[in-house]
Amino acid sequence: MVQLTLPKNSKIRTGKTWPKPEGATNVRKFMIYRWTPDDGENPRVDTYFLDMDTCGPMVLDALIKIKNEIDPTLTFRRSCREGICGSCAMNIDGQNTLACIFGMDEIKGDVKIYPLPHMPVVKDLVPDLTHFYAQHASIMPWLETKTNAPAKEWKQSIEDRKKLDGLYECVMCASCSASCPSYWWNADRYLGPAALLHAYRWIIDSRDEATG
Amino acid sequence: MSFLTDRKRVEGLGSAKKGTAHFWEQRLSAIALLFLVPLFLFPFSYNLGGGFEEVRDAYAHPVNAVIAIAFFVTVFLHLFQGLQVVIEDYVHGRMGMVLIISSRLLCTLFALVGVYAIIRISLGA
Repeated sequence: MVQLTLPKNSKIRTGKTWPKPEGATNVRKFMIYRWTPDDGENPRVDTYFLDMDTCGPMVLDALIKIKNEIDPTLTFRRSCREGICGSCAMNIDGQNTLACIFGMDEIKGDVKIYPLPHMPVVKDLVPDLTHFYAQHASIMPWLETKTNAPAKEWKQSIEDRKKLDGLYECVMCASCSASCPSYWWNADRYLGPAALLHAYRWIIDSRDEATG
Repeated sequence: MSFLTDRKRVEGLGSAKKGTAHFWEQRLSAIALLFLVPLFLFPFSYNLGGGFEEVRDAYAHPVNAVIAIAFFVTVFLHLFQGLQVVIEDYVHGRMGMVLIISSRLLCTLFALVGVYAIIRISLGA
């Protein structure tokens, strides 16, 4: 049957509660998933408190503040801090999203942060995306042609280019695939929404001659 | 310890190459059933509670009989294809195989029983 409960060694326990910042009036509570491969322990949820008056508006700002000022062992991926690299995809307040463009004002109550669901965890909020990337590579996401390459460029009409809108923007953050139950349970065979979107992006491309 | 490359894991055992055909057949049978269900139900419910003679007369008409046969074949094909997808998605391993085989055998049996019954009534045995 499909897996509906976490295996024993993945059951989440209550972790450490870090002290509140002194003298702060605008305090917010953060509950963050922690797991390290080094100690053989089960995953736990640590509780942090931040002074929101000295913190940026996005969830990533809070994570960086926690790492800088409270707990340097907190591990997460981040790079562009503007939603273009897809590195900081994680499960925030119950939905998969990018921490850098998800405002904390959109969350009611405590901020709960977990790694992307049903992905192997490398450490804390860092999922192992090896399989996800291999699936992306397997659909051969590049322009394939049989005609000899033209002297200058492959031309495309404005109408044909419009067909790629909504398809080319994907940054491969894995949020969609990691939120798909079919992908959770059949990722060994099902490529998942991200890889299929990329496949379609090339199928519908007027210049691509490999398919259709 | 496994030495499979990431790409080999993705390629797996390969697909059955029948996915698109399955997808299309399921949609096509759904469209057919859109018409077949009311066409089947009308003479069926009209004669419900009637005597054997009445029912026999209704299904002696080739239109009613052919519609009923088409209905039984299509509905059980559609039922099996739907069940197959659900089982493949949610039940894995040996249990999934057992369920797929048994649902296919049962659906075939039901379709055959329906077709046989219609032919028997229609030809007035």
